[in-house]
Amino acid sequence: MSDRESVLSAVRAALAGVPGSEDPDGIPLPDTPRADHAGPDIVGLFAERAAEYRATVVRVPAAGAAAAVGRALARTGARSLVVPPGFPEDLLPEGPWSRLEDAPPLTVGQLDRADAVVTTVATAIAVTGTVTLDHGSGQGRRALTLLPDQHICVVRADQIVPDVPEALSLLDPRRPLTLISGPSATSDIELERVEGVHGPRTLDIVLVVDA
Amino acid sequence: MSGADNVVWLGSPAFPQAARTALADTQLRANLRRATGTIRDKRLAVAAELEDWEDLRETAAAVKRHTLRHLDHHLLRLEKSVTAAGGVVHWAADAAEANRIVTDLVRATGGSDDETREVVKVKSMATQEIGLNEALADAGIRAYETDLAELIVQLGRDRPSHILVPAIHRNRSEIREIFRREMGEWGRPAPEGLSDDPRDLAEAARLHLREKFLRAKVAISGANFAAADTGTVVVVESEGNGRMCLTLPETLITVMGIEKVLPSFADLDVFLQLLPRSSTGERMNPYTSLWTGVTEGDGPRNFHLVLLDNGRTATLADEVGRQALACIRCSACLNVCPVYERTGGHAYGSVYPGPIGAVLTPQLVGIGSDTKSGAASLPFASTLCGACYDACPVKINIPEVLVHLRAEAVEAGRRKRVLPTAEALAMKAAGAALSSPGRLAAAQKLAALGARLVARDGRIGALPGPFARWSASRDTPLPPRETFRAWWRRTRTPANEDDPATGERKGRG
Repeated sequence: MSDRESVLSAVRAALAGVPGSEDPDGIPLPDTPRADHAGPDIVGLFAERAAEYRATVVRVPAAGAAAAVGRALARTGARSLVVPPGFPEDLLPEGPWSRLEDAPPLTVGQLDRADAVVTTVATAIAVTGTVTLDHGSGQGRRALTLLPDQHICVVRADQIVPDVPEALSLLDPRRPLTLISGPSATSDIELERVEGVHGPRTLDIVLVVDA
Repeated sequence: MSGADNVVWLGSPAFPQAARTALADTQLRANLRRATGTIRDKRLAVAAELEDWEDLRETAAAVKRHTLRHLDHHLLRLEKSVTAAGGVVHWAADAAEANRIVTDLVRATGGSDDETREVVKVKSMATQEIGLNEALADAGIRAYETDLAELIVQLGRDRPSHILVPAIHRNRSEIREIFRREMGEWGRPAPEGLSDDPRDLAEAARLHLREKFLRAKVAISGANFAAADTGTVVVVESEGNGRMCLTLPETLITVMGIEKVLPSFADLDVFLQLLPRSSTGERMNPYTSLWTGVTEGDGPRNFHLVLLDNGRTATLADEVGRQALACIRCSACLNVCPVYERTGGHAYGSVYPGPIGAVLTPQLVGIGSDTKSGAASLPFASTLCGACYDACPVKINIPEVLVHLRAEAVEAGRRKRVLPTAEALAMKAAGAALSSPGRLAAAQKLAALGARLVARDGRIGALPGPFARWSASRDTPLPPRETFRAWWRRTRTPANEDDPATGERKGRG
């Protein structure tokens, strides 16, 4: 008997007491309405919670977004910037940095040497201060937001949803998904929080609000 | 393969003996008290933010209960979805089979045979459970742990002591020594003049591991969840080492216990709210990666999912014990457990320490299979205070399972003995004493007298004969010189109404 058959038959033997009339796809769930964890100001809550995760959050009107990206790059002294395919040109600032395009795909060595990457997001979550990437246009493949030391995210206010369930309901599970809450961090040594272990040390969120 | 070999390193001293050694380590106890206290407070604060926390727990428990009742159905759906998305599914009945599958997959990844084969690993309970690193080493493959705490444990030739923070028993200066001594053996040495500041230590780990991430051809991970309807696999982490392993190498091998499957992608919302808050006390962990099979031009070209039984179907067969399979490995039960807080994780002798380990390990290895393995002692490593049940985000009734397994352990022990056990004799004697007030008074008097003869510093330590099994793991306070019944008789009987020592009555008259 193959391992597949032996595992499956052991599972079935263990479940011999379960009535055959039960519907395996119909989970009897407690009938409770889901609570609203976010309150009325989801944009404010997102900014506050993301900052609690030690992301740098700035709120700007649409006209000021490119300049805000520029200030984030200047703050860390970044000299090279990875720009994913499909990233809006009008969000890119003028500046002294060299621009790296991922077409043809950059090598891991090139990405490792790059200082910063700038992306849009798929959605953002207020309650948890999370940005969500589905690696679509403007977000790049997963390695792009992983190897450079600074990740700058441009989030439009209308992309923010209140809570985790709303965000998941908007995402396509067939795409690779990455949920990011603050920069890379560890608390493995005496529970003291340290930022930037393996992922980006710096997460900048440029929050674009109409005003 | 016999049970005890599956859950690695069980077979070292049984809990009572290991706990005694751990209790004598005051530094360990202080570290643990501080660490568990910190995480405990953070968890309470963020759980309190969600007013429907109890509903979320209820829902999570219902989803898990239902999934387990139809596990075959959901596993077959998962297999189909993963395969349709370009992944390959393997089934492993036990640790040996799982290790063989992974070893063969690593060997098949090309490269010349004399090249040193290596893999990078995301922290994973399942691969610890099956002893994968050791099996790979036997096959000439080096497995690099990339989670900072796991790296500390691996470089220190040590064992993890906590599910979430495996190196919680090590302090910063010990970690510096391990890095300075060992990093050069495995790759890039620790920087000259490395300090013991956690920031510097984390930076040393970053530099040491970065070169491995960039050249690795194969990565091995566990899985926090997998959705049967879409084939989506989820890994939750903080450092980014998970993302490195899941996206940079050409081949990704994920080893997942069969109980980790969820019916649908939509079910993830409940668990992604419960897990980070319960484990690290954060609203969300820094990184959550979800992937479905392989994606052209992004991430690994080959994805293998190994579905692991290794004692889980035997656990599933026990209708009381099966609820332990609902565990999402958050470690909240460890941090609230008064026993774990004093003994630490190593005393449990298993990759799963704390309350969940005390119910999961004996079931995975089989409680009656080999009592010398130490597994049979684990259900007794608890005060049954119930704090673990209150903390569990999926509402596993750990005390209920503990009591259930204690009965099984006693039964398994009884079958092996002809003579009655010390417990049975003690219970018989207690029954006789308690049935008669006179006999009880006499017994109490005798106990008070006897206890003073053996006590030191007001505590009773080791006792002789059949009492030794009780006293071996407990300090017992001295019984009072006078029992409550004797005190009542002396102070509250009419003859003593004028007693100046209790003189309230007289004064009021």
